[in-house]
Amino acid sequence: MADPKKLVEMLKTLEDQLVTCMRCGMCQAQCPVFAQSGREGDVTRGKIALLTGLAEEMIKDPDGVNNKLNRCLLCGTCEANCPSGVKVTDIFLRARAVMAAYTGMSAAQKLIFQKLLTNPGLFNTLLDIGSKFQGIFTKPVDDILGTSCARFNAPIIGDRHFKTLAAKPLHADVPSLDTPAGVSKLRVAFFPGCVVDKIYPSVGHAVLKVLKHHGVGVYMPKGQACCGIPAISNGDVASFQEMVKKNIELFRKGDFDYLITPCATCTSTIKKIWPTYYEDKSDQVALAKIVEKVKDVSAFLVDVLKVSPTDIPGTKTVTYHDPCHLRNSLGVTAQPRTLLQATPGVKFVEMTDAASCCGSGGSFNLKFYELSQEIGRKKAQHVIDSQAETVATSCPACMMQITDMLSKAGASRKVRHVVELYADAL
Amino acid sequence: MTAKALIKDFEAIVGKDNVLTSEADLASYSYDAAVLPNAMPGLVVRPTTSEQLGKTVKLCNDNAIPMTVRGSGTNLSGGTIPSTGGIVVLTTALNRILEINEEDLYAVVEPGVITSKFAAEVAKRGLFYPPDPGSQTVSTLGGNVAENAGGLRGLKYGVTKDYVMGMTFFDVNGELVKSGGKTVKCVTGYNFTGLMVGAEGTLGVYDTITLKLVPPPAAAKAMMAVFDTVMDACRTVAAIIAAKIVPATLELMDNFTIRTVENFRKAGLPTEAQALLLIEVDGHPAMVEEDAAKVEEICKKNKAASVRVAKDANERNAVWQARRDALPALAKVKPTTVLEDATVPRSKIPDMMAALDDIAKKYNLTIGTFGHAGDGNLHPTILTDKRNTEEWHRVEAAIDEIFDRALALGGTLSGEHGIGMAKAKYMKQECGIAAIEYSKRMKSVLDPKGILNPGKLIVG
Repeated sequence: MADPKKLVEMLKTLEDQLVTCMRCGMCQAQCPVFAQSGREGDVTRGKIALLTGLAEEMIKDPDGVNNKLNRCLLCGTCEANCPSGVKVTDIFLRARAVMAAYTGMSAAQKLIFQKLLTNPGLFNTLLDIGSKFQGIFTKPVDDILGTSCARFNAPIIGDRHFKTLAAKPLHADVPSLDTPAGVSKLRVAFFPGCVVDKIYPSVGHAVLKVLKHHGVGVYMPKGQACCGIPAISNGDVASFQEMVKKNIELFRKGDFDYLITPCATCTSTIKKIWPTYYEDKSDQVALAKIVEKVKDVSAFLVDVLKVSPTDIPGTKTVTYHDPCHLRNSLGVTAQPRTLLQATPGVKFVEMTDAASCCGSGGSFNLKFYELSQEIGRKKAQHVIDSQAETVATSCPACMMQITDMLSKAGASRKVRHVVELYADAL
Repeated sequence: MTAKALIKDFEAIVGKDNVLTSEADLASYSYDAAVLPNAMPGLVVRPTTSEQLGKTVKLCNDNAIPMTVRGSGTNLSGGTIPSTGGIVVLTTALNRILEINEEDLYAVVEPGVITSKFAAEVAKRGLFYPPDPGSQTVSTLGGNVAENAGGLRGLKYGVTKDYVMGMTFFDVNGELVKSGGKTVKCVTGYNFTGLMVGAEGTLGVYDTITLKLVPPPAAAKAMMAVFDTVMDACRTVAAIIAAKIVPATLELMDNFTIRTVENFRKAGLPTEAQALLLIEVDGHPAMVEEDAAKVEEICKKNKAASVRVAKDANERNAVWQARRDALPALAKVKPTTVLEDATVPRSKIPDMMAALDDIAKKYNLTIGTFGHAGDGNLHPTILTDKRNTEEWHRVEAAIDEIFDRALALGGTLSGEHGIGMAKAKYMKQECGIAAIEYSKRMKSVLDPKGILNPGKLIVG
């Protein structure tokens, strides 16, 4: 498009929301990116002022504003604490869509969003091949964390200590499930999410084990698409529509009481982003049903199945990191901790700033790896200072980031999903 | 645009990374928390050491470029909005606590230290830094000193100026001037420290600040008193003071604020009440008990419909949550929130509350009022939408009248937010022409080129 007039026109549609920011600046106390850079353009108030300036044609350089706009983890901490209740995530997602329409997307973004993530079959096949050959490019660096790094200089990998693709993704072991309700008299739909499926299938297996243990029937359809967050957070609204549509088509066929995910980001995307951005009016009834039923796995176990803390003192020290998308978007903070306290053998210890962002932010980590690491190092230090043997969390993306940071710090702490620990003890 | 050569000079002082020149970066320093038009700076500079700060000031003066020092930009009177094309000097990298002295009860800080972080550090050593402006989780101590910030504890503990023992600051030539010190008593020379506090960056640039610390109170008790009329609440405030009790905090909320907060939090506030008093007494446990009982009795004697004394930490927190919610809840009602801080002698609070009521009716505006009843510092908060030009004119007229009425009651333009750009035009009305002329003469000598935060405090 690249038509400045059109850009201004589209940004003007955000005006009613932009004007709700009273510029008090209290977001400076919350923003993990600002905490690192100390620059006003990195904090929410600054970004909103820049978007306003662009809409009012006071600022002439959209690319400069776009760069600032992308320097956001979408962690939602500022929104959860904003005195004026500014709908920050909504403003930024819409603004990113406007910007993507204006500047266009890179070839890589187009390939990933439009060709791969909207096409689960192709995506799975490609990564299955990738998992077989990745050993050529990578070498293990930490046995406990299970991390690897690049064998030679690879631009995408950089100096990351990453979890390699699982040898066998979840969908290869369990392509689909449709089991009846057991003693619980409940049946849930299971949405593992891309990262659990491809990097942490053990988390998916843990969820299935736990559901079976509690007598919960499972509906897990084959061919699930990405929840859509990578697309929409990069402004690709069209691909987002396609991904959500694919998922609605799959899940509308099932009969279930709840839709469970072990991924904080998938849960909050389905709960908060789908109803706001999914456009097809003919699917609204099916959409509303899914949105109403989606639940984080630990919230399901604690709130619905009433899993409660044990009295037997444990010895294995475990601390907990709050994923932003559970804490800020959904207010889920107590249930994962309760689940840990309900896990035999676990001694739960709180770390300092458990609620601070790990710095992952999905594609933020790819675009601003240095900044992402600076934020992540603080989190790793809090984990180390807690003296816990294991850090548990509720989001596979946080698990990847914390694993990278701990591995680089040479700290051999285990990184596990809360549901894995619970499943281990069953 | 700032000349390339000059940018190079600044880069030579603070390093390339600490000179911001892109349009997006400059635009994000073109405003603060005041409801005023933006002004685009020409350059943003972020010194990381005291030496760099001094050289930055000198370079600005040598080139006669206006400079505005900025911490977190939470100013409510436009004190940190730069001159168009001027230089913004950030203190955010000058954020070290240099010393906390537990024997002599003082601390030395750089100007960019965040207020609540400092208070927490001090508390770790078993000491207390009382000033607690509403923006304390983000505001800087330098900004607090430059604006003489107040807070909820003003009544008993005073405001920022009561805690500044001394400082070093750069004069406009970049020379380091020392003033005051680390002793309780110090009468050496002019009281530059007193002059520099609240000077809004117009006379010099803080390098280090020496702050007084006090022992914390051993106990505290909070309560909430409900009133059927604002006058009863005001009379209660007067009666508490007359009984020689000085609560640490004594806050008032009017009916509109109560309803808005209740609508926001659903904590069970009495929405039919015309006024709430939120009171906390602190000190020695025995005295706290005695004072709390007396205050409760005074409230009842002055027709409080009910008094709820917090029995534990949770209940105490609930009382203060209601107060903390006041601004956020009001701010959600309309897009634009104009937070004023006209202040009157506390005996005149009833008159001021009545005046605000008149003004809201006269200009047909929504005004919620809460504030520090104990020290006469009210926050009439006008809820509006600045895009509605017709209403905005009424808002401006109402603000004028709020100041007129406060001054007529022997009050002041600003209790704690500063004069900045927003209130400079009213200065003559409060201080008189001689004070303005005296300020100008002083300024012309100390800052002959007029580069230190021009357009603030003194105009005309």
